[in-house]
Amino acid sequence: MGRYIIRRLLQAIPLLFIISIVLFVLMQNIGDPLATMGGRRPTRKEDRERLTRQLGLDKPVYVQYLYWLIGNDWTKVDLDGDGVAETQGRRKGVLRLDFGTSLIEKRPALTLIGERLPNTLLLMGAYELVVVIGALAVGIYSAVRQYSLTDHAITALSFIFYSMPIFFIAFLSMQIFALDFRRWGLPYFPTVGMFEPETGKTAGQVAWHMILPVASLALISLAGYSRYMRGSMLEVLNQDYIRTAKSKGLGRRYVLLVHALKNASLPIVTIVGLDLPTLLGGAIVTERIFAWPGMGRLFLDHVQRVDTPVVMAILMLVSVAVIIFQLLTDITYAWLDPRIRYD
Amino acid sequence: MSSEAATAIPQLKADELEAPPLTLRQLTWRRFRRHKMAMFGVAMLVLLFIYSFGGAFFVSEADANLTETAARLQPPSAAHPFGTDTVGRDILARTIYGGQISLIIGLTAMLVEVILGILIGAAAGYFGGWIDAVLMRFTEAVFVIPQIFLLIVMAKYFGGKVPNIELFGRTFSGSVVVVIVIIGATSWMYLARIVRAEFISLKEREFILAAKATGTPAVEVIFSHILPNCMAPIIVSATLAVAAAILAESYISFLGLGVQAPTATWGNMLDSAINYIDEGAWWYWGFPSLLILLAVLSINFLGDGLRDALDPHSRAV
Repeated sequence: MGRYIIRRLLQAIPLLFIISIVLFVLMQNIGDPLATMGGRRPTRKEDRERLTRQLGLDKPVYVQYLYWLIGNDWTKVDLDGDGVAETQGRRKGVLRLDFGTSLIEKRPALTLIGERLPNTLLLMGAYELVVVIGALAVGIYSAVRQYSLTDHAITALSFIFYSMPIFFIAFLSMQIFALDFRRWGLPYFPTVGMFEPETGKTAGQVAWHMILPVASLALISLAGYSRYMRGSMLEVLNQDYIRTAKSKGLGRRYVLLVHALKNASLPIVTIVGLDLPTLLGGAIVTERIFAWPGMGRLFLDHVQRVDTPVVMAILMLVSVAVIIFQLLTDITYAWLDPRIRYD
Repeated sequence: MSSEAATAIPQLKADELEAPPLTLRQLTWRRFRRHKMAMFGVAMLVLLFIYSFGGAFFVSEADANLTETAARLQPPSAAHPFGTDTVGRDILARTIYGGQISLIIGLTAMLVEVILGILIGAAAGYFGGWIDAVLMRFTEAVFVIPQIFLLIVMAKYFGGKVPNIELFGRTFSGSVVVVIVIIGATSWMYLARIVRAEFISLKEREFILAAKATGTPAVEVIFSHILPNCMAPIIVSATLAVAAAILAESYISFLGLGVQAPTATWGNMLDSAINYIDEGAWWYWGFPSLLILLAVLSINFLGDGLRDALDPHSRAV
């Protein structure tokens, strides 16, 4: 197992290099980061030259990538444009965990991400909790009552929710639970943001604002998750050891929730493991709809303004998370199911 | 008693006794036809195509793009059955023309994806060795970054670089081509893995050995001997890819980075809907998103039916 983990981690290194090179090259051509720097006025020509030089954008792509990767504190850079490199570089590079400074906000990219990450983790943690518990409940229920009317209804509903674009369910829930409820004089949900400015960021406020986005996200994923759960539950329920457990007189509930559930929840581990890291980057569309100040919004705002350091930092963070979670999923899987051997 | 026993014996119908055995194709079709959800999906899809392409005979594209600022955000009425949007354009007319583009994007992005997936998967699986290693590392690298991030970056990369296209006397925004290419280019990985796995198992079989022994060139072995034998999983994932592409288009256009005006799609009709939610204009976002839902749902139904029908192990006849 140890050898397997080491091999996988070593394989991840070239993978991350490929990803970073492809993304870095893509980022070079997505627009002009200097265009919005002069505020409303177009950036002046001499300012543009100076900024290009100071930000290192005048260098060829491979030099820029090198500086991004290993920093430039080992060399001198030319800041005043006289052709003589005399200023000591200050960047440490990604390999030493310096993701550079945001071109727009003049603060380290990691600081910006650090401010948004908790918001995204909060939203996504709540979402994942709702989805997993919901999927277990719905999946077990429809597996036990296979081919009943409720099972068919759940199947039809999960197909519909699975096919639903997130904005449809988000707009629909906003219309009903925010606008219509308010019109009918019922307690209504807020549509945007994390808290009301008047009351401030209290736990109750944040929880209240989280309900609609979490519910919208969860309903869509719940559809797919619960189908998996139903399928694996059905498979497990037909196995001999379940029959043995039943025949030795164990209670129905006990057999279901202790004997069957343990093995049937294996596939859920896989989906959660593959889902979680993606969520780190935030549900971009959902965060935009509900104006949730998370990573997805950060990414969208900074990609619009060609803020390469921040965008690259988010993308690399998500990529690393995906790779680590893939490995963790495999390890968890082997730990839960001793039949699996990786060596 | 004896008469009851006699009726219990299953009676074969005359045609089942005498008809020749069904071919694989006939069996598949029979399984597909009896899949209720798949047939519902097909019927719904036909209706959606009639709506988008047939509707064009009743409403002109000029009507779909006609702005009437005096009649902005009007609820459904006799003049505008689906209401109007923020600049007074008729939503019914726009869903018709938007549907054409959304459906075309779904189909063509699927083609791009299938071609890329087959080429990469086939090359990796057939040739193996370092080609396989390089291609699979690349596949994995693209797989690692969530699709929506790649779509956004690539949409910015290609955005505004393709000029408008004149076709059939109509002007299409060049962004349609961009969206097709980037959706195809960010979604082929799963298919490539399926194709590779199929190729690895098929290339060792005797009929391939025979083909190689008779001097068949590699390209022919790949495309006319191996590929036809792994069409079933390709067809299923290609079908589901159309649904995924329509969804991807709607997300990227919703974010304002997809298809640009004046060309309408179901997705970009919603790109400013977010600002008008509080005005209670449900028709503004409701009709386009309902159509997206119906299209995606029916394609998913169709894909599910195809999966069951094409499975040779399926015993449902």
